[in-house]
Amino acid sequence: MKQFFAFVRKEFYHIFRDRRTMLILLAMPIVLIILFGFAITTEVNNIRMGIFAPSNDDLTRQITDRFQSNPYFDLVAFVTDPQQIETLFRKNEADIVLVFEEDFQNNLLHTGTAAVQLIIDGSEPNTASTINNYTSSVLSYIQQELAGTSSVSGGFAIVPQVKLLYNPQMKSSYTFVPGVMGLILMLICAMMTSISIVREKERGTMEVLLVSPMRPIGIILAKVVPYFCISAFNVVTILLLAVYVLDVPLAGSLFWISVLSLIYIFVALALGIMISSVVDNQVSAMLASAMGLMMPVMILSGMIFPIENMPNILQWLSNIVPARWYITAIKKVMIEGLPVRFILKELGILSLMGVVLITVSLKLFKNRLE
Amino acid sequence: MENIVIHTDGLTKKFGDFTAVDHISFDVKQAEIFGFLGANGAGKTTAMRMLCGLSKPTSGKATVAGFDVYRQSEQIKKNIGYMSQKFSLYEDLKVRENIRLFGGIYGMTDKQIAEGTDRMLDSLDFQQERNTLVKSLPLGWKQKLAFSLAIFHNPKIVFLDEPTGGVDPATRRRFWELIYDAAEKGITIFVTTHYMDEAEYCNRVSIMVDGRIDALDFPHNLKERYHAGSMDEVFQQIARKAKRGDN
Repeated sequence: MKQFFAFVRKEFYHIFRDRRTMLILLAMPIVLIILFGFAITTEVNNIRMGIFAPSNDDLTRQITDRFQSNPYFDLVAFVTDPQQIETLFRKNEADIVLVFEEDFQNNLLHTGTAAVQLIIDGSEPNTASTINNYTSSVLSYIQQELAGTSSVSGGFAIVPQVKLLYNPQMKSSYTFVPGVMGLILMLICAMMTSISIVREKERGTMEVLLVSPMRPIGIILAKVVPYFCISAFNVVTILLLAVYVLDVPLAGSLFWISVLSLIYIFVALALGIMISSVVDNQVSAMLASAMGLMMPVMILSGMIFPIENMPNILQWLSNIVPARWYITAIKKVMIEGLPVRFILKELGILSLMGVVLITVSLKLFKNRLE
Repeated sequence: MENIVIHTDGLTKKFGDFTAVDHISFDVKQAEIFGFLGANGAGKTTAMRMLCGLSKPTSGKATVAGFDVYRQSEQIKKNIGYMSQKFSLYEDLKVRENIRLFGGIYGMTDKQIAEGTDRMLDSLDFQQERNTLVKSLPLGWKQKLAFSLAIFHNPKIVFLDEPTGGVDPATRRRFWELIYDAAEKGITIFVTTHYMDEAEYCNRVSIMVDGRIDALDFPHNLKERYHAGSMDEVFQQIARKAKRGDN
């Protein structure tokens, strides 16, 4: 035991004395969270809207007011001539122009229908569809309201309202926080562990350790302990940042978030050991972790691209990415606040992956020694 | 012979069809400085790994410090020290921390480590470098420190795998003074080297060619037998017979 702690202490010295390692371990989680939380966002703010209302009646003014008071929209122009609409877009002064038909109020009151045209700058398809969603939902809300208060009953067709569950404002930080957790833990555990084990091989110190009475399994465990501690610390940092800086709710049980994270850390550490036993130098360890682990986490875990939209083969492939299960489960517990019985499947899969990976990695590691 | 600390009899290691070490048999006595020579690929490293308990022999017998290499590698590891050219110490650890780490790994108590550290630093005249990071020490110092650490837990045998690579002859000679000191204390030295001036310092020398031991004797006997003026000439004559190239 004493032997073990002497070794763990040495590992901590390595970490604390290497400024780059410290930077990756402690600053990266913060930077990533802030970056994903604020800078990289799929929300659309400050939508510039132009309005063309030839009739300029009560109803169009009411609708205009609604958009004016909505924080997501900026009214930039009231167009009086249809020609100007094109100019607005060409000068890139508006993202959307709302065009009311002539005699809007009259038509609505008398015939029950009136048309509004949404002209949207489609050069950014994602942004355009988000703008479309926002605008349509504001309009349909107004429409419902009118139907309720209007003296003319049954005169308005009620458009089905789209209600976005869990993230009504489509805040992207809600979806990114679990993703970033999956990414950072994988990075720190797998990449840093594999690099630190390979470094001993590269410098020849591994030989000396193997000739010592310390058992190989002891060497590996002692190497892994510091990274385990630091990862646990990072989970806490990320959660604090998420709750207090990004206003992401912690809807579910903190206990199960921790359990999930610890299992996931374990899986990542096992992957790190596995990488270290198949590569010979630090550069390949880094490349293997980056290409073999980070890319799948970014692309196949559902963190950025929805898994349901992927081709079948990629969907199938995403099943073997541990981060996929971790991120799904964390979303369920943390954002949706679901009880543990909804994440049993993910817990089971991650535990199984952990057991299989650690067995294989230790086996590989021992084989390499022979 | 009494006090035999390393004994091998027909020790062999095969990797598939390739016989890396081919029936080597020799004895090393306590406090002897045993030079283990051979060209690259002759099988030195493989033989040494078997003796250190790192890999199991394919056939043959071997005991190290009285323990069997097949079954008692754990006990062997407790009784040997090891130093290689590549290793020295942990560069980002201080001198004191390196000592404490290896003391800890070999199961020494805090008290033993503290006393041993003082004694060692005094004898090396390193006291003032106690808290220096190893990376800022000159190579010759690192090697002396690494050797002192390899015998810090008072092993019966110390294995040195090309310990003096990359240093000048004067530094090498000072390093060998440490080796003689250790041998005087009763520690057996098993050393591989490329430098033939070092081979002259050994009590006995074995020369491996293609996995077999081709010559094993006192340096002056070998020189006589091969009518050579130096160990270098002896080595050239023997190594020329090798069929395996460098690997």
